Amino acid sequence: MIQRILIVVLLLLFQQNSLKALVTIDITRGNLDPLPTAISDFYFDDSIKPDDSIRKSRLDKKIPELVENNLQRSGLFFPLEKRSFIQKPEVAHATPRFEDWIFIKAQVLVTGKISLDKNQRLRVEFRLWDVVSAKELSSLAFFTTTENWRRISHMISDKVYERLTGETGYFDSRIIYVAETGPKTNRVKRLAVMDQDGYGVKYLTLGNELVLTPRFSPDNKYVTYMSYFRNLPRVYLLNIEAGIQDLLGDFPGMTFAPRFSPDSKRVIMSFAKDGNSDIYAMDIKTKVVERLTDHPSIDTSPSYSPDGSSITFNSDRSGTQQIYTMKGDGTAVKRISFGEGIYGTPVWSPRGDLIAFTKFFRNRFYIGVMRTDGSGERLLTENFYQEAPSWSPNGRVLIFYRETPSDDKGRGGNAKLWSIDLTGYNERMIETPTDASDPTWSEILSKSK
Amino acid sequence: MKIAKISFIHLALIFSLFLGACTTAQKATAPAPAPAPAPAPVAEGDAYTGTDTVKFLADGVPDRVFFSTNKFNLTTAAVNSLNKQAAFLKANANLNVTIEGHADERGTREYNLALGEKRANIVKDYLISNGIASNRIKVVSYGKERPANPASSALAWSQNRRSVTVRSN
Repeated sequence: MIQRILIVVLLLLFQQNSLKALVTIDITRGNLDPLPTAISDFYFDDSIKPDDSIRKSRLDKKIPELVENNLQRSGLFFPLEKRSFIQKPEVAHATPRFEDWIFIKAQVLVTGKISLDKNQRLRVEFRLWDVVSAKELSSLAFFTTTENWRRISHMISDKVYERLTGETGYFDSRIIYVAETGPKTNRVKRLAVMDQDGYGVKYLTLGNELVLTPRFSPDNKYVTYMSYFRNLPRVYLLNIEAGIQDLLGDFPGMTFAPRFSPDSKRVIMSFAKDGNSDIYAMDIKTKVVERLTDHPSIDTSPSYSPDGSSITFNSDRSGTQQIYTMKGDGTAVKRISFGEGIYGTPVWSPRGDLIAFTKFFRNRFYIGVMRTDGSGERLLTENFYQEAPSWSPNGRVLIFYRETPSDDKGRGGNAKLWSIDLTGYNERMIETPTDASDPTWSEILSKSK
Repeated sequence: MKIAKISFIHLALIFSLFLGACTTAQKATAPAPAPAPAPAPVAEGDAYTGTDTVKFLADGVPDRVFFSTNKFNLTTAAVNSLNKQAAFLKANANLNVTIEGHADERGTREYNLALGEKRANIVKDYLISNGIASNRIKVVSYGKERPANPASSALAWSQNRRSVTVRSN
């Protein structure tokens, strides 16, 4: 499943001696003024002969195209029209004539070269230029195979994003979700995984049983999810590379709402017995189970803080659904949501400072964020129905699902994946071949190896 | 990708644990049996009181009861229906049932799974308190996954907040 690629960092050059401020993007505010960016076509250098089949791959066009697509969808970059480019790719890559790029109002420029080294390995090199200060900002090369061009493109996108925003990227990542087909009264649900840009959907289950709420482990080796296999709703663990799924634990009742601990060693989940749902954590290897809440109300949707020291969860112990936090051992339970309406699906940001949630108020559903003490509540998007936010690996973007209403015959309703910036701007639907729900973002793929 | 089969024996073992656990858990949360309920159903909260979508286990024995939004307590109408179910199960001592708990689509998926489980169990407890052996009753929650009425309307939502008693043998 997880593709392996050979990455060799040749050089990562940062200018130390710049006199004026370099181009940077402030992403802490809504970005209504995306950075004008020229992404030049790459070029095949002379090490690849004119009749070499590599030239037919068109990677000199496809890689920059995918980089452009990623950067554009982030909402932070405004890719400029290629027809306006004056310099040829190979000339620009060597030394851009910055006046030509300033002339078309570019502030940054991406160029690249594709070549074969003496061992016939494919090498993709890119350079990022600050047009305004007339400087090279960074330069990096990857050894790869032609089949892996998408991952290389995502990694280049991440490097550009990181250099210009000062934050880690999120393009080299995947999304797992539930693919939905069939009528609402008898919906068929399958686990599906795809690249973060919606490409390369693969189905992991056949749809014979209902599956819900898949979540990646932070090391990207496992998925935990709920399945109605043999009509016994339980939490399962799927080993992605081996393709083996196992029941997680031997609880005498329904287990649901699973999520991994930050070290990928434990799964935290709800266990319902005799009409009472409480939160448990289970060590995957030792199978040791720890009960973390003990209350006659519904306790569910647990999510660890990134350092594992705290847990946020959903409980109706106050009479309505609200968000709580507690320590990793279940002590120091504290309600944090006090706004109007009811709150569900809390999920701790990978940066640790925020909790994203679903809110239901006056018959409308909202995705929002609050600080971990409950202060600073901010609603990002409002709709007929939407829930279950999941953070991008860098904590800048939330993905969730949204449903539209059905008519009196049950027709017309659909479920789709959407993403929105933490700022509340740049709301986008992510195209999927079927209806889709319960999305969860993976960790950056290269980081998790 | 191949999905490995889960051992049936393993699941059967868990299932027997489940039954074992249930036999010891009765009464604790069971409400007192209602004293001869009023014959006419009484509307309570926004629970559905009509008969559309209702099926019958036998003549005059409705298969389902309805709940108010976010509630899992039994309405007078629900108690009335469950009294009939209890009588039917007593008269057919070889019958086993599964009680399915459901929620409407206006709530988060995970919370609704828990809510459906509460609804199914309150019904199970009521039947047990009316003399039905606990080992004849299984429960399963579907949350909002299996609506009876697929429309997005207040009427459909009230019909979907339900527990359904299904023959399992």
